[in-house]
Order: sequence, then C-alpha cells, then structure tokens
Amino acid sequence: MESLERIIAEHPFFAGLESYYTDLLTGCASNVRFPIGSYIFKEGEDANEFYLIRAGKVALEMFPPHSKPIVVETLGTGDLLGWSWLVPPYIWTFHAHATQETRAIAIDGKCLRGKCEQNHDLGYEVLRRFSQIMVRRLHATRYQLLDLYAVK
Amino acid sequence: MAAIETIPATADPMMPQPYVVQRVDKDTPDTFSLLLEPENGVNGASFQPGQFSMLWVFGVGELPISISGDPSQHARLAYTVRSVGKATNALVSRKVGDQIGVRGPFGTGWPIEAARGRDVIIVAGGIGLAPLRPVIYEVLGNRHRYGRLVLLYGARSPSDVLYRKELVAWARQPETQVLTTVDYGGLSWRGHVGVVTTLFKYARLQPSRSVAMICGPEIMMRFVTRELELQGLKRDDIYVSMERNMKCGVGFCGHCQYGPHFICKDGPVFPFEQIRQLLDKYEL
Repeated sequence: MESLERIIAEHPFFAGLESYYTDLLTGCASNVRFPIGSYIFKEGEDANEFYLIRAGKVALEMFPPHSKPIVVETLGTGDLLGWSWLVPPYIWTFHAHATQETRAIAIDGKCLRGKCEQNHDLGYEVLRRFSQIMVRRLHATRYQLLDLYAVK
Repeated sequence: MAAIETIPATADPMMPQPYVVQRVDKDTPDTFSLLLEPENGVNGASFQPGQFSMLWVFGVGELPISISGDPSQHARLAYTVRSVGKATNALVSRKVGDQIGVRGPFGTGWPIEAARGRDVIIVAGGIGLAPLRPVIYEVLGNRHRYGRLVLLYGARSPSDVLYRKELVAWARQPETQVLTTVDYGGLSWRGHVGVVTTLFKYARLQPSRSVAMICGPEIMMRFVTRELELQGLKRDDIYVSMERNMKCGVGFCGHCQYGPHFICKDGPVFPFEQIRQLLDKYEL
C-alpha cells in the first residue's frame, strides 16, 4: 500500500516539495473516497479541508436565484479542490459534486493553518502553490466571462 | 519555420463554379454542414486543409467559408456554416438539389508537410473546429505518417459542441487524445467545464516533437499560444488561422488587410511568429 507521504509528494500540487514539509503535511492528511453522485461539500458549510484529487471528477456547482443550476468548472485527476479553508470566514462558496467516483487526499485546514503559523517556511510554500493555482483560475474565469463564442 | 503551403486558385478565380447541395446536416441549433458536388459532374476542386472558398448564394451574396471536409474526397466539398445574418441564413437554408456558386479554394493551408512524423496538437474554439477538421481527417486517414494527435476543443455550452459523433469516434482511434470542454455546463453535462486552456493539464504532450494548429476567436488564440509556449512548444511550431472580411479572395480588393498581410492570400493560416505582434494590437 502506498504511504500517505508518498502520495502527497507525488501529487502535482506538491511536486518538488522537500520531504521535511511533506512529513508535516502528512500529519494533517487522510485518504478519502467519494462515490459517484455524492457531494464533497456544499455552499455555506464550514470549509475545514482541501483535497488533492488522485482520481475521478468533481463538478463545482452554483445555484443562482431564479435560474437553473450551473457547473462553473470541473476538476479531475491531479487537481486541487478548495481554498476556502485558507481565508476567513472559512465557508464554502459552491457545491462540489463527485460526478465520477473520486479518490483524494483530504488535508485538514485547521491543522495545516496551525503548522503554517508555527513554521513560516511551510506557510510560504503552501501559499506560493495556492496563489499560483488561484491566479490561473482567476485568469480562466475572466476569460470565461468574455463569452467568446457567443454571436455578437 | 516551415513554409506555408499555397495552392494556386482556379484559372479564373473570379468566376464561380456551379455546385449542387447534396446534403445538409444540422450540427447545432445554429450551425449546419453542407456537402456540395460540382453540377457538371467533374471532380471538385482539390484543396489543402485550412483553405477557404467564396460561396455565392445567388441573389443574396457571397461569403468566405472554410472547407471542413475530407481532403481525400476530391469530388465533394464540405462547409460548416453558423447562421448569424442574412447571407449565412440564406446559405444554411439551401435544400438538397439547390445550386451554390463556388470560387476557390483560396489561401494558405495548415502545415501538413511540416507535421509529418511529428505529434499534431489541435486547439479549436467554437466553430474554429471546422477549418481544422480536414487536418484531423488527414492525420487519421494516414496514421503512419504522423505521431500522436491531441485535440483540445472548447465550445460555449453542450448544445454548441460541433461534430459530436465524430469527436467520440476520433477519441477511439489509436494514438489520439480528444478533450472537449464547455464554458458553461448544466447539471446534466458530464464532460469538462472551463475554458479551453484548462484542458492542457490533462493533455499528454511532447512539446519538442509537436506542431500546434489553432483556430478560434483571436483572444482565445492569444491565450492558447501563451499556454503552448508555457508547455514548451517553440513559436516556430505554432500556426494560427485568422479571419477577416474576405471579398475577392485573391488579394486585389484589400478588404481583408491585416497589417502588411492580406488574409485571403497570405493567410488564413499563418506561422504564429509571423503575426505574433499583430495579434496583440487591438485596433487591427
């Protein structure tokens, strides 16, 4: 059986992370599995974790008032799911729906925040990686808002 | 950088040849594919993937439309048309047996020769898949001549996805990866949601042995070329197809001028490096 530490080290999100930091992360990690059709979390719930997706597919859903629900993004193998654990008030802002059976490593956000407070080098590594993902997704969202393929 | 392949136009490029509609397929609620054959029974014009024709709807007007069919099928020409105005509405309303005038084919083609022996990366947005479909036919019809085929396709919504059945069939071919995404998905859509650049993380690319061909809205092509460079592709291995208001098709009238180029004659397919700086100028 693969160790949690090895799985974390081999996930693209933490690629190249020093083993000392991987050890620290492993102390906050657990293996999780979500059956197809289940919700990993829902909008408004406490955001206590984030997930390193190992296999599967997750749809991020929003339920706009007076309108049909929409999927705003899908995530899959090798992706990171969730950053609301990082920023107060630590509340999810959308639903995460497993549209395929999904295996992931869950990292306890409160545990990791505590370790980052104690070890700022770890905190920098974690924030550096999250900020890259956040910027890429922000750019993608802006590009999505342009509605490029619509008839103008 | 490989030379772009230019095919000479017909003897009198301003004279439309009569073609007859053989089939009309509804691809999406507003997009149709027309299959045409020459009226006089002779072979149709041969073409290079990426070239376009000027299609006359008699009494309505003439439109530049990319050829979207199989280049090995010389007797027939296929076009995929989105109905967005009077002339395109008239074109997609043609019935089997109706006559359409065809001039061309015109312009430069995709770098098929340069792609031989290499992986082919195709990135298409919206109806931009149509001018790239002949490349897919060429690669899949001559599999031994090419490396892997990677197709990344983005559409607005699930109902706007072109060539649905073919996408499924292409994905089953050996050494072929097809990834489709939509910008907006309903809860029933089980595919990817996100802009086309989000597909790169799932694509199995070998940048040093690949040629990339891109067609879609210009801003999408700018994002995609940046992503391809981030992935490690050299600019010289990236090609884009441009669109402007083509009229004469042979570089006389100047309607499609794009900086120092005429899209109809010097394009529509350009090496990215040749027009990179023009792509960043919003006023062009």
